[in-house]
Amino acid sequence: MKNDQTDFHEVASVCVLAGKILLQSGAETYRVEDTMNRIAQSLSVPEAQSFVTPTGIIFSIEKNDVTQLVRIKHRGTDLRKVTEVNSLSREIAAGKIGLEEARKRLKIIERSTRVYSDRVQIFAAAVASGCFLLMFLGRWTDFFPAFIAGGTGQAGAIYFHRLTKIKFFSEFMSSLLVGLIALFSIKTGVGAELNKIIIASVMPLVPGVPITNAVRDVMAGDLVSGISKSAEAGLTAFAIGIGVALSMAFV
Amino acid sequence: MRQFRTRIRVKGMQLFITVLIQSITSFLATASFGIIYNIPRRPLIQGGLIGMVAWMIYFALVAWRENDFLATMTASFVIAILSQIFARIYKNPVTLYSVSGIIPLVPGGLTYTVMRHAASDQYEMAIHLGEKALVLSGAIAMGLIFAEVLYQAVNRYRHKLKKKSVR
Repeated sequence: MKNDQTDFHEVASVCVLAGKILLQSGAETYRVEDTMNRIAQSLSVPEAQSFVTPTGIIFSIEKNDVTQLVRIKHRGTDLRKVTEVNSLSREIAAGKIGLEEARKRLKIIERSTRVYSDRVQIFAAAVASGCFLLMFLGRWTDFFPAFIAGGTGQAGAIYFHRLTKIKFFSEFMSSLLVGLIALFSIKTGVGAELNKIIIASVMPLVPGVPITNAVRDVMAGDLVSGISKSAEAGLTAFAIGIGVALSMAFV
Repeated sequence: MRQFRTRIRVKGMQLFITVLIQSITSFLATASFGIIYNIPRRPLIQGGLIGMVAWMIYFALVAWRENDFLATMTASFVIAILSQIFARIYKNPVTLYSVSGIIPLVPGGLTYTVMRHAASDQYEMAIHLGEKALVLSGAIAMGLIFAEVLYQAVNRYRHKLKKKSVR
């Protein structure tokens, strides 16, 4: 009997670890819940319940008093981890790997670093900003300012986030940088349309995915996550708006 | 007459160039967003292609009808259907393909404009545009959910057919 009990604890901790990685990497609420329940089911614990919000996970196994709670503090977007946990859960469901192996693999996934280096990410943000400018029918000459401003914004977001760990501050500072660079390009005569440059180069910072995910969560019935995600997205949008507005004060 | 023809040809040429630029930039932009979201290499290209197709549909619909809601919903519907198909083929999560394609559709610029108006005391404009941004993100979510419902319905139907043929 005692052996059984510890076994349930082990299953619960593996499920919670998988859920934690998923949630921290920006998976949708229903996917986190679904994956945890599926892993539990394939490890022969069919009566599992999970409750996922953006800030924490509660996982419990019925008929036993096994309940685990995890607090989630940092949330980002790292879709490679989502992919890897997803394929791991498929393997568990197919019965290819057992409990211990699953835990080992999850730990490795949790510790893994990003595929692309900071420099590549900054360059990608710069390219995306330049392309957005052309997609929004901006002028060719504005491509270069948007390219520089977008790259700097992303670099600032990465650097300031490391410095403080407060998302609001890093987003505010990087959008301030974007605004200042755009303004500088107008003053020196390189850029022509201030609004388009700013909108294009602020795109990598804007919480597009959180907004859509929030609306989606609300529509799917995950009300708690939906509301809290929209609060988070609203806060980010607020930080960006304030940062740009402050830079405009230097006109 | 000849003049007229050359003008049309120029117009056609311009249209061609615009479409070309739009498709190249939308592909690059979506793929670069994939890099920011740390998507592995192969889904990156596929996601970029999905983003490109969706943006061209959005662009054409906006040019044709000047209705953001319809264009956004149709484009996000297409993104979701294509992503479901890719996810099915390569056994990856759907988000991997849909996330970066949605980015150009998301009213990010609008959200930013709302905040800038609010920060410069133009509250009425801010609320007006904020509601528009909300409706547009609702349109994206609706497109995604419609696609999911359709996909499930088709799957169920195919399942039924299979069962019948087995019998």
